[in-house]
Amino acid sequence: MSRVPQIVRGFWVTFSTMFKKPNTENYPEQKDKYPPKPRFHGRHQLNRHPDGLEKCIGCELCAWACPADAILVEGADNTEEERFSPGERYGRVYQINYLRCIFCGLCIEVCPTRALTMTNEFELADQTRESLIFEKQDLLGPLMPNMVAAPHSMVEGTSERDYYQGKISRATDAQIAEVAARAGINANGQV
Amino acid sequence: MGLEEKLPTGVLLTTVELAAGYARKGSLWPASFGLACCAIEMMATGAGRYDLARFGMEVFRGSPRQADLMIVAGRVSQKMAPVLRQIYDQMAAPKWVLAMGACSSSGGMFNNYAIVQGVDHIVPVDIYLPGCPPRPEMLIDAILELHDKIQHTKLGVNREREIAALEKEALAATPLHLQKGLMR
Repeated sequence: MSRVPQIVRGFWVTFSTMFKKPNTENYPEQKDKYPPKPRFHGRHQLNRHPDGLEKCIGCELCAWACPADAILVEGADNTEEERFSPGERYGRVYQINYLRCIFCGLCIEVCPTRALTMTNEFELADQTRESLIFEKQDLLGPLMPNMVAAPHSMVEGTSERDYYQGKISRATDAQIAEVAARAGINANGQV
Repeated sequence: MGLEEKLPTGVLLTTVELAAGYARKGSLWPASFGLACCAIEMMATGAGRYDLARFGMEVFRGSPRQADLMIVAGRVSQKMAPVLRQIYDQMAAPKWVLAMGACSSSGGMFNNYAIVQGVDHIVPVDIYLPGCPPRPEMLIDAILELHDKIQHTKLGVNREREIAALEKEALAATPLHLQKGLMR
């Protein structure tokens, strides 16, 4: 083999790439073209039951499973006046430190009520440490149609078991009225 | 006497600031400080598929004198800390630091005696990027946020005032080693 054909063969690779399609993902301009896979581990989300009550029961299993100690949960008892989740307890404080979190997904694996899941959102960069500690209000999922925000009572005549068996499909008129009454009281209190 | 007297207040200086910010963010050369697995994602970001060259920053500089941005990618051990600080000191101002990944932002899952619990104990960090490791899109997103910050950096006297205000604020804040709980 002489030297010249080697060089030509080498540069031929370089030359031929000029006629190939670029494989660049133009990330910020065309971010919808290459979305992450559905299984991608992104930011967490605290889910709600179909009537808007929170699924988190404050058991702290996620905090125990977390290898990086990124999760802080403080549970508290539900009362008849202030009910956030069906059953006994709810997560009063829920914090995830995204600077510690390694997105391994052990927390969502252990969650017994599927309260904690992961979204595909990944644009999390920020300028301070404090802003990357997400509190409960940052993590709670959006209110879907037919949901009303906790605290409110359970659907009348149902128990905790009915919630987990999927017998609740939407907030009843009584619950909607209750939440509206609560908001009215608060508004009057502020005036 | 001069152009500035005829113009409304601040017009000339802000235009210079805009131009300087645009020039600075348009050719931000990173000093590669790859320490662990995040460096692999950083290299992927520089390569063709994600192509940092679109933002004028394809040249990862080995020498700190020619770099503007230090991407700390990976866990910083106690032994590496003085080296990192020296590299930072050798960089010519204006300079920025991007803490890439959980380990360099806060120590991540390595909460032990060998790892610095966040690179901001050693150098001032401009952008924190969570993830373990963050995917290239996350790094590009962080870089774009940094670009936005650079674009709005002030110049001259205004910058000196800004630095003085930030310094005052930083002195009043709780030191990192005293922050407890999740803030650690």
